[in-house]
Amino acid sequence: MLSREIVDHIAMLARLGLTEEERERMRIQLSSILDHVSRIQELDTEAIPPTAQVIELHDVMRDDVVQPSLPQAAVLQNAPAAENGYFRVNAVLEQS
Amino acid sequence: MKQELTRLTIRQARELLDRREVSAQELLEAHLEQIAQLEPHLHAFITVTADVARAQAAHADRRIAEGDVLPLTGIPIALKDVLCTIDAPTTAGSRILEGFRSPYDATVVAKLREQGAVFVGKTNTDEFAMGSSTENSAYGPTRNPWDLERVPGGSSGGSAAAVAAGEAIVALGSDTGGSIRQPAGFCGIVGLKPTYGRVSRYGLVAFASSLDQIGPFGRTVEDVAILLGAISGHDPHDSTSVPLPVPTYTDFLTGDIRGLRIGVLENEAEGVDPAVTAAIQDALRTLEGLGATVEPVTLPHISYALPTYYIIAPSEASANLARYDGVKYGLSAGKDTLLENYLETRGRGFGPEVKRRIMLGTYALSAGYYDAYYVKAQKVRTLIKRDFDTAFTKVDVIALPTSPTVAFRLGERTEDPLQMYLADIFTIPANMAGLPGIAVPCGLAQGLPVSLQFIGKAFDEATILRVAHAYEQATSWHTIVPPVVAQVKGSQ
Repeated sequence: MLSREIVDHIAMLARLGLTEEERERMRIQLSSILDHVSRIQELDTEAIPPTAQVIELHDVMRDDVVQPSLPQAAVLQNAPAAENGYFRVNAVLEQS
Repeated sequence: MKQELTRLTIRQARELLDRREVSAQELLEAHLEQIAQLEPHLHAFITVTADVARAQAAHADRRIAEGDVLPLTGIPIALKDVLCTIDAPTTAGSRILEGFRSPYDATVVAKLREQGAVFVGKTNTDEFAMGSSTENSAYGPTRNPWDLERVPGGSSGGSAAAVAAGEAIVALGSDTGGSIRQPAGFCGIVGLKPTYGRVSRYGLVAFASSLDQIGPFGRTVEDVAILLGAISGHDPHDSTSVPLPVPTYTDFLTGDIRGLRIGVLENEAEGVDPAVTAAIQDALRTLEGLGATVEPVTLPHISYALPTYYIIAPSEASANLARYDGVKYGLSAGKDTLLENYLETRGRGFGPEVKRRIMLGTYALSAGYYDAYYVKAQKVRTLIKRDFDTAFTKVDVIALPTSPTVAFRLGERTEDPLQMYLADIFTIPANMAGLPGIAVPCGLAQGLPVSLQFIGKAFDEATILRVAHAYEQATSWHTIVPPVVAQVKGSQ
């Protein structure tokens, strides 16, 4: 069973604000799902390479040619806050 | 007369349009009328785009008058609401994207637009395509046109219900673990997941990037073949789309499957409804009658596909969904600090299943658990893929049920995430191995559709289309009109 500390830690890593009730439900549900998926631990995969994706394309490159991109106004059209052509965000570092 | 226009195949509609017996505008109005009558019962759409569609239909009629006709000119199509469109909202079934307007079209949408297709609307989906019943949509569930108390499947349940109910001739969906095939099966229609890399995902709202594929829904295999041909091919905007030629899929619909080797699983999973097993056995006898041979194959690791999927897919999802940060687009909680704004925006914007998967994925990728879960799952994925490689040295396609049961009741599985996940036990393996799969109706159990799935070799969509078409033409399951549609139309 997952501990509350782990649930709190993972929620913070995921930047997910959860209520008390959600945290407790998450603790129980994630524990049950993890029990189920842990079945894969019974397989011996010592000599097996991992598969990240299944198609045999590697390092797809293109010529470095300038092409039109989306206009700045289109990129910013959905922004909750924009200013002078930038996304506006709260300060990350406070002035000392 | 109008009623019949909502049961046409693409080819039948094409002939009527090209002979000018029906205009694209008349064809559209028949579908909009069908939508008006059925949507109060089904809720297959998040957004109906009648104005956009009327302009497109008028344009299609001009093209037809000028003889500038492509296979989908004037054909009413529904789009799953995870596909970006410039002229309609794209919500992905989530509150966090409420009001979002994409500044560009998905490549598949642009391809259909160039053909002169008519977009009737954006269909309902589980939030971010995470679910098997469409009950996880923030905009309310879709209901099954065979029985309004039952789910249409998911996550592309809106697209499946819309096509089954004649609200569109064909539709696009996306399939990460079965989200096209399973709802196609529950709604008694045809759905195809292409090979990973066959169709560009540019402009698809990302869920699990090593698994996601866009694919077609139709009431016949031929319609699915036509729509697949229209959306396939390499796209410079998606480096995972493969530069291989795209066959003319309809050329393979010959009805001839003599000598085709069909593999069936020796080690079938438990928990399959006996009525589903019986319908599949009947279908295999029909296929043998058509000259195919049925041979046993083993996929020793297939029972590990579901647990492997529920590590890999949430891990990729937790990374993909980091982009919903309240800064660039979508919901923003307007908090005073950046951290508070992230927590509040994401806490309010995401629904329970999406939160569950973000938590699961973040856990599997976090320090101390990464090797035991994520890397381990990637290794098991190798074993699953090798099982298919071995099986396909002996057979041309593998036949299995699309789902272990028929459509379940609304609310039946919402309290138990694991029970919901088990609905995809037969569809997930094809995603893990990147292989194409098609679902085709093969019977009724308790008055609800049963579905047969064929999995093919990589980039061999032609063969699964050929066998599905031969089976369809030898049976009549695809001709049955869902009872709810008949009732609503009959009570006019």
